[in-house]
Amino acid sequence: MEILDIIQPENQVFCKTKLMTDTALSYCPGCGHGTAHNLTMEVIDEMGILEDTIGVAPVGCSVLAYDFMNIDMTQAAHGRAPAVATAIARTWPEKYVFTYQGDGDLAAIGTAETIHACNRGENIVIIFVNNGIYGMTGGQMAPTTLEGMISSTSPYGREIKSMGSPLKITELVANLPGVYYVTRQSVHTHKHARKAKKAIQKAFENTRLKQGLSFIEIVSNCNSGWKMTPNESNIWMEENMFKYFPLGDIKVDGKLKQ
Amino acid sequence: MSELKLMKGNEALAEAAIRAGADAYFGYPITPQSEVIEYLMTEQPEKRTGMVVLQAESEIAAINMVYGAASTGKKVMTSSSSPGISLKLEGISYLAGAELPAVIVNVVRGGPGLGTIQPSQADYFQSVKGGGHGDYKLYVLAPASVQEMSDFVEDAFNIAFKYRAPVLILSDGLIGQMMEKVNLKDQLPRLTNDEIIEKYDSWAVTGRKNRRRNIITSLDLQSEKMEARVHRLMKKYEQMEKEDLRYEKILCDDAEYLIVAYGSSARISQKAVELARKKGIKAGLLRPITLFPYPKQPLFELADQVKGILSVELNAGQMVEDVKLSVEHKVPVEHFGRTGGIIHTPEEVLEALEQKIIKNGNLRYHTTRESSIL
Ligand SMILES: Cc1ncc(C[n+]2csc(CCOP(=O)(O)OP(=O)(O)O)c2C)c(N)n1
Ligand code: SF4
Ligand SMILES: [Mg+2]
Repeated sequence: MEILDIIQPENQVFCKTKLMTDTALSYCPGCGHGTAHNLTMEVIDEMGILEDTIGVAPVGCSVLAYDFMNIDMTQAAHGRAPAVATAIARTWPEKYVFTYQGDGDLAAIGTAETIHACNRGENIVIIFVNNGIYGMTGGQMAPTTLEGMISSTSPYGREIKSMGSPLKITELVANLPGVYYVTRQSVHTHKHARKAKKAIQKAFENTRLKQGLSFIEIVSNCNSGWKMTPNESNIWMEENMFKYFPLGDIKVDGKLKQ
Repeated sequence: MSELKLMKGNEALAEAAIRAGADAYFGYPITPQSEVIEYLMTEQPEKRTGMVVLQAESEIAAINMVYGAASTGKKVMTSSSSPGISLKLEGISYLAGAELPAVIVNVVRGGPGLGTIQPSQADYFQSVKGGGHGDYKLYVLAPASVQEMSDFVEDAFNIAFKYRAPVLILSDGLIGQMMEKVNLKDQLPRLTNDEIIEKYDSWAVTGRKNRRRNIITSLDLQSEKMEARVHRLMKKYEQMEKEDLRYEKILCDDAEYLIVAYGSSARISQKAVELARKKGIKAGLLRPITLFPYPKQPLFELADQVKGILSVELNAGQMVEDVKLSVEHKVPVEHFGRTGGIIHTPEEVLEALEQKIIKNGNLRYHTTRESSIL
C-alpha cells in the first residue's frame, strides 16, 4: 500500500484546526498558548458562530493571536481588552465577544478593566492564560509569580514581604455577582485540553444565552521564561502552579462551588 | 426637527451627539464637562435612537471602549477634561495608529496637575503636537460658541469617517459651562448593523462572513511595514491640510494689526477688535477653527499686510509658536494670555495690543515668553 492510499478522509484521525491560519505560530515550542488558541478556534468552528464572533487580542506573547486565529479580531492596548470587549458587546449585543489575555495583561496593568467588566456582568468570554510570568518582555515577575519563583525582576525569588503574594484574581472575580461562570483549567495533556475545551464551549454557550460574564483561567507554562525544557516546565507546573492555582470549577451557573 | 433652545455648551454637545446618530458614548465624570454624561444619562438616548451610554470606571477604560466600538465601525464619542485627557492619550495614540474613527472632546481646565476647574487653553500643545506617543496628529476643531459645540459634533464624525482617524473637539470650561441660544440640527438616523457591515466591510471587525478576516491593530513588528503605516498616516494629514482647513477672518481686509485667537479667546478678542476700531486702530482677528490643520498660509499672507500680530490665548504661550512659524519672522509676534483660570477682558486684550504691538511698532525681535505674560 502506498502512503497516498492511506491519506484519505476516512482514515483521518486528526486534522489542523479549521479556523487556525497557516501562519507558523510565533510561540516557543512547548508553550501552551498554541493549544489554547486551537481549542478556542475549535469551539467557534463547531458551534458555527464564526460569522458572529469578534475576538480581542491583548499585549503579551499572544498579541499576534490575530495572525493565527482566522476570525475578526481587534488588538487592545495592554490590559484594556475587557473595556474594548465591553463596548463591542454593548453595541453588538447579538455577537460572541471574547478576550484572550495573559496574567500581566489581565491581573496587573488591566486589573481595573477586568474587575469592572466582571462586575458589570458584561456578556463576554474572558480567556485568561496564566503562566506566572511576563513571557513577552523576557520573563519578568507577574502578579501571579509564585513565592520564591525566580524571574528577571525577582532574581532572588519572589519575596512575599516586599513583593506581595501571588494574586488569585480568578477567585476574586468569582465573588462578583455579575460573573456567571468561573473555571480554572490547563491544556498541557490531552485529558486536560479536552476538559478545557468543554469549559470554553460552556462559556460561549453562556454568551448565547446572555448569561453574562464567563471567565476561564488556563494555568499554563512558559518554558522560556521559566528557563526549563517544555517537559520540565509541565512537571514543574503540575507540582507548583496547580498547588497554588488548583484546577476545577469555581463558579457554575452563577453559584460559587463550596 | 431643528429646534432653538437655551443650553449649556456641554449639554448642546451631548444633544448633538444623539442627533448626529452616534451609536455610543463612554465617559467618566470630571469638572467642567460632567454635564455631558449627566445629560446623556438623563436623556436616555437608548430609548430615542438606540444609542448606548455607559459610565466607565476611568478615562482609560472609556477611551478603550471607544477603541472597541470604533473597531466595529460604530460612531462613538468620549469626552473629558484635561487630567482625564492625559489618561486617554495612550488610547488616542492607538486609535490613530490603528486608523479608527472616533470623536474625543476636551473641555479644557487649567493645569498642570490637578490644576483648577476654571477655563483654560493650556492643552493646545497636547492637542496639536501629539500628546500621546508616536508619529500621529489629531484633526482638532475649536468651538467658540454653544452653537459650535453643537455643530462641530457632526462635522467631527464626518471627518473621523472620511479619514478613519480620531478627531478632537478642543473646547474649554467657558464654552462648556456658558448658556447660549443654540439651533439644534435635525435627528440623523443611526446606521443599522447591516448598513455598517455593508459600508465598512473592508476594515471593520463585525464577524468574518464571506470575506477574509478583518484585523484592527497598530502593531507592525517589521520596520518597513511600520514605516509604511506612518507614511499612510502622514498622507492623511497632508490631505486634511489641503481639503479640511477651517478658519475665520474678521475685519482683516484693511487691518494693520492682527489678533490670532481660537475658542473663547476668539470671542473676547472679537470684542477687543471692536473696541480698537472705535479708537481708530485698524485691528483684525484671525480665528483658527481647526488647530490642526493650522491656517499657516492665511497667516503668512496677512503678515505682508499687518505691522504686528498678537496671539491671545488662555495659557502661558503655546499657539504663539505656531503663529511665529507661520509668519516666518516677517512681522513681530507677541503673546498675551492669562492662566490659572482667569479670563482676560476685551479691554485687557486691547491694552496688550497697544502695549506689546503698536507701541513697539519697529521692534523686529521677539521678547521672551516670561515677559509676555501679563
Ligand atoms: C503600557 C504598556 N506597558 C508595558 C508594556 C510592555 N509589555 C508588553 S507584554 C508585557 C507583559 C505581558 O505578560 P502577560 O500578560 O503575562 O503575557 P505573556 O507574554 O506571559 O503571555 C509587558 C509588560 C506595553 N506593551 N505597554
Ligand atoms: S515566552 Fe513563554 S509564554 Fe511566550 S511564547 Fe515563549 S513559552 Fe510561551
Ligand atoms: Mg504571562
